[in-house]
Amino acid sequence: MTQTIIVIIYLVLLLGLGYLSGRLFRGNSNDFFVASRSIGPVVLFMSIFGTTMTAFAMVGSTGESFRVGVATYGKIASSSALIHSACFFMVGLPLWALGKRNGFHTQIEFFRSRFESRKIGYLLFPILVGLIIPYLLVGLMGAGSVMQGVTRGAFPDLFSSTGGAVPPWLTALVISCVVLYYIFAGGVRSAAWANTFQTVVFIIMGFIAFVTISSKLGGMQVASSMIDTAKTVRSGNITELQFFSYCLIPLSVGMFPHLFQNCLTAKSARSFKLTLIAHPLAIMLTWIPCILIGLWATGAVMPDGGTPVIPEGASPNAVLGMMVGKLTTPIIGGLVTAGILAAVMSSLDSQFVAVGTMFTKDIVVHGFGADRFSEKQLVMLARGFICFIVLVTYLFTLVEPRQVFSLGIWCFSGFAGLFPLVFASIYWKRATKAGAYAGVIGGALMWLVLFQASGFGADKEYSIGGTMPVVPIFFTCAIALVVVSLFTSAPSQTTLDKFFTKKS
Amino acid sequence: MKTLAIAFMFVLFVLHQDFWLKDNGTLVLGIVPASLAYHMAFTLLAAIGWYFMVRFAWPRFTDDDETEAES
Repeated sequence: MTQTIIVIIYLVLLLGLGYLSGRLFRGNSNDFFVASRSIGPVVLFMSIFGTTMTAFAMVGSTGESFRVGVATYGKIASSSALIHSACFFMVGLPLWALGKRNGFHTQIEFFRSRFESRKIGYLLFPILVGLIIPYLLVGLMGAGSVMQGVTRGAFPDLFSSTGGAVPPWLTALVISCVVLYYIFAGGVRSAAWANTFQTVVFIIMGFIAFVTISSKLGGMQVASSMIDTAKTVRSGNITELQFFSYCLIPLSVGMFPHLFQNCLTAKSARSFKLTLIAHPLAIMLTWIPCILIGLWATGAVMPDGGTPVIPEGASPNAVLGMMVGKLTTPIIGGLVTAGILAAVMSSLDSQFVAVGTMFTKDIVVHGFGADRFSEKQLVMLARGFICFIVLVTYLFTLVEPRQVFSLGIWCFSGFAGLFPLVFASIYWKRATKAGAYAGVIGGALMWLVLFQASGFGADKEYSIGGTMPVVPIFFTCAIALVVVSLFTSAPSQTTLDKFFTKKS
Repeated sequence: MKTLAIAFMFVLFVLHQDFWLKDNGTLVLGIVPASLAYHMAFTLLAAIGWYFMVRFAWPRFTDDDETEAES
């Protein structure tokens, strides 16, 4: 009960923040979609970091380290420390400069102009939105499973079917509504403000959970002595080839539509400097407590009775919620749950705004003309489409049994597989319209075939020749793009001048 | 210095593939498994590497791009 009250207070605080930033909203679509390109270094860093860390980083990492052990940090987090910043440096910065110079609001506007194709948006839009839905799903599922874990037994009469815990469908519904309220209030500016606040909250609460749980288990050394020894080494849990192929997955940040939009909000190129340096450190601060909690869960026993904290056969999604629920006080449990919801919502908001922006700019304005709708109507259309996508995702949460981590990896693999498209568009003058079509269609089809072959993510150990599925997806896109580009005519000189001007 | 900064990032990428690490699950300070401690140190090096990149390999933008809100 106490945990639920603390979470409700936190959500009310967020609604207040949304109301405040809404009062600064200028009412036009440029402010709703890219905050008039006025975001400074600290808010840009918090916003980008908050967006990249979702339930995957907290609920997913804890569950995965519980399942396969210590390699979880190396295969995703430490590679991301290097590659995320590389994407911001090599992709985010040039896209920001091109976006500011040419007035782009979305990825598709950029690709449409770069590849001289008015129709490429109709191919990319369903693919990008289709890949974002599992990402949204990861957030809602993670929030639901944690809330269920920490409130078990709190409402025996009200929610008897879930053992007295707040059911996942209710958590997903409430946080969707809260996020919708504050992004409707002020668009991407509200999302940036909320992300700044929520990033601080989830880093601090992650530490509080870490310290409280280790203390309850008898201290960090005692807690670590309980770890299942098979989980303290990489060998036997992941092959070297799989570990290497995981390096491609962080490239997904180069193709996330919501991160593209985050980059466009920057006030100047200098705003990116803090993000590049601080992002690796923030990844470590967020992931290490969760990884260790997951490792401790492999052997932790209750201090009083000696029974395992995590019962045999428990879902990896439930590990963090159970550890927090059973080994912390109700107040700490409530604060930590609020922190986990903060991590989830700080990603959902940017993703919601991104899908609304893409629909409005890439489908409505592009299809019906810029003068057909007023500024207010454009913002309303964006809100309407966001509601539609949230509803679709919410319906999926009611039937989706997948593990947060594995579903997240499939989503990231799809975006990472399309990375050759954005890289070639910035650095290769010979990349052509036909090459772009071939790369996108090839990569998307390969993702779909492999996703289906894995039982739509149900087979957690699914691999291709010992590598992660991202490898064939990435190389299908890259090879198709390069080969078809070489056999088709180069872009016009006008386009090359627009995208490859010499620096002064 | 720019070349050194970029070379450092490439060395880091190679170091990330920790195949050579003789990992027997030893707990560093009795808390952190050796493999995890290695990758924590790697993450710190990545942050240092990106400091060098920002300091010495920052791309030059046109005056217009570097201009600091739109109405």
